[in-house]
Amino acid sequence: MAETLLFNALREAIDEEMARDSTVLVLGEDVGHYGGSYKVTKDLCKKYGDWRVLDTPIAENSFTGMAVGAAMTGLRPIIEGMNMGFLLLAFNQIANNAGMLRYTSGGNYKIPMVIRGPGGVGRQLGAEHSQRLEAYFQGVPGLKLVACSTPYNAKGLLKSAIRDNNPVLFFEHVLLYNLKEDLPEEEYTLPLDKAEVVRQGKDVTILTYSRMRHHCTTALKTLEKQGYDPEIIDLISLKPLDFETIGASIRKTHRVIIVEECMRTGGIGAELTASINDRLFDELDAPVLRLASQDIPTPYNGALENLTIVQPQQIVEAVQKMVALRV
Amino acid sequence: MIEERIIPTLPSIAAVSREEGQRLYEDMNLGRIFEDKCAEMYYRGKMFGFVHLYNGQEAVSTGVIQAMRPGEDYVCSTYRDHVHALSAGVPAREVMAELFGKATGCSKGRGGSMHLFSSEHRLLGGYAFIGEGIPVALGAAFQSKYRRESMGDASADQVTAAFFGDGTSNNGQFFECLNMAALWKLPILFVVENNKWAIGMSHERATSQPEIYKKASVFGMPGVEVDGMDVLAVRTVAQEAVARARAGEGPTLIECLTYRFRGHSLADPDELRSKTEKEFWLARDPIKRLKTHLIEQQLFEEEELKAIERRIQAEVEDAVKFAQDSPEPDPSELYRFVFAEDE
Ligand SMILES: Cc1ncc(C[n+]2csc(CCOP(=O)(O)OP(=O)(O)O)c2C)c(N)n1
Ligand SMILES: [Mg+2]
Repeated sequence: MAETLLFNALREAIDEEMARDSTVLVLGEDVGHYGGSYKVTKDLCKKYGDWRVLDTPIAENSFTGMAVGAAMTGLRPIIEGMNMGFLLLAFNQIANNAGMLRYTSGGNYKIPMVIRGPGGVGRQLGAEHSQRLEAYFQGVPGLKLVACSTPYNAKGLLKSAIRDNNPVLFFEHVLLYNLKEDLPEEEYTLPLDKAEVVRQGKDVTILTYSRMRHHCTTALKTLEKQGYDPEIIDLISLKPLDFETIGASIRKTHRVIIVEECMRTGGIGAELTASINDRLFDELDAPVLRLASQDIPTPYNGALENLTIVQPQQIVEAVQKMVALRV
Repeated sequence: MIEERIIPTLPSIAAVSREEGQRLYEDMNLGRIFEDKCAEMYYRGKMFGFVHLYNGQEAVSTGVIQAMRPGEDYVCSTYRDHVHALSAGVPAREVMAELFGKATGCSKGRGGSMHLFSSEHRLLGGYAFIGEGIPVALGAAFQSKYRRESMGDASADQVTAAFFGDGTSNNGQFFECLNMAALWKLPILFVVENNKWAIGMSHERATSQPEIYKKASVFGMPGVEVDGMDVLAVRTVAQEAVARARAGEGPTLIECLTYRFRGHSLADPDELRSKTEKEFWLARDPIKRLKTHLIEQQLFEEEELKAIERRIQAEVEDAVKFAQDSPEPDPSELYRFVFAEDE
């Protein structure tokens, strides 16, 4: 057991997969000599050479399309978005080609690629560097969306994403790279389509992902002292949603709070709410409660930024309110 | 009307044997006859959506792809993709069936006219958004380079050809990919089919430098202009570019001056192009030109070429019959092919 920082867990995942399979390569801006904007690919180019850790020009749409073409012809590219927000410039290649091409081609090609990188609301990075692209991409057919949240799941999930034969959008959070955890010495992978039950409980189901998982566990400390017993589920897979795990929990608690960092309108929580209502309406004792970011560009000012995203205290209050509703 | 650009002539044109001449003649005729049949079938309600025909530009598809190794090298097209698919070796039956939306189509009825694919024939696809195929083609070329340089596979000498139009050469993906291709010396041919128009936008109104081939020089790559109505000229230029690419010497930009004999798509009333312009180019029909050459060189008798045309006519009729008789996709397979597991 060695204590590993999240960014190093990701690095280990890439390193191990590159050692295992010579068709795996990394490409993106400053992934090579510079080692990646968050050092996820540090020194890998020394070990694997410049072709396998390819520094690209700043041309997001084109290098993403290039990765699609490489994947169609048998390689397994990992794209790093220097910041996931920059991949808005690659929206076309991600949606039309990475996502839809396999279907449109009638199964002629598969596209085993990973698109990963830092996203989410950081500390006063301003609106453009604080985006949550998962909300924008969830409507694209053919893409898998995965969000990691701990060093342990980051490593196991990224290894699985690299081995998966489909395009996987892999979301990391700028504020989680320095989380520390003891990782197993032996190799492991984690399933891409399974949610993680962070804490079992019976009062209410809290569905969350990425950094908000940690806001939920912060809120939990207060809630436990007050005698509440929430179940916390980290979705991990944002698409497809793991309704086996979600359903089992809701059948037990009959109450749902969603805690997310993307904006309320058209976010992951919006889709989740609709799906819960579709599938599990009869199980609900109360309407699904959604805690999401405000529908505004993330402001620079620290106080305003805090008002924009969900805070642990709001989660505490939501649980108190939800449980008080119990008949 | 803007004056016609001076049509370039090459210092020397590679000679063709009887066998090669036949292959070129067959391929170009297949393209032309297939497209004429598509128009007929579209108006008879057998195919739907946007259908972009290739009439007039056959010398480009044939000249470039026949200079490659079909089935081994990669071809990447646009929405105007039927004839590139045929030149790459996708059977006419499979292309026609796709246009009919049938389960036997090369994209299993999921793609349609603008999305023809065949991994077997290394057709990377038809791409319906302008420019988006260029990076994908670059990726296939990168893959060859990667296998050679990083995986030590000396046999990975495949070349990729990316076809696109004059209008597309104003898109960022074009420039971004020229840069990366030259930077990494990737084995790729950027083939611009300059047919003077992007739907209703004339090339001169859309670009600050109409001579597209010149845009190669700033990336330090060779740029060549060629008479796109002369299949032997296109073939000569393509052969040189393919040889360079295969030898690891990098990409080439080829600008083919050509013309489409029909509207942009079968839905286009084609009202903007002048009669004089159309007549100028119709008089330069690339198929007639090759025919004349083959007869003048005494490689073929006229009657032999007519026999080829009849045979291809029959092949296209057979493709229509095949498409018509083929089953529709199974509705229970609506979700098939979304993910790789649905093999
Ligand atoms: C991204 C995008 N924008 C607009 C269109 C609509 N469109 C289709 S073809 C075309 C003109 C393309 O002209 P050119 O590149 O010269 O090719 P040609 O049709 O002449 O073969 C346009 C604007 C499109 N398909 N994709
Ligand atoms: Mg054009």
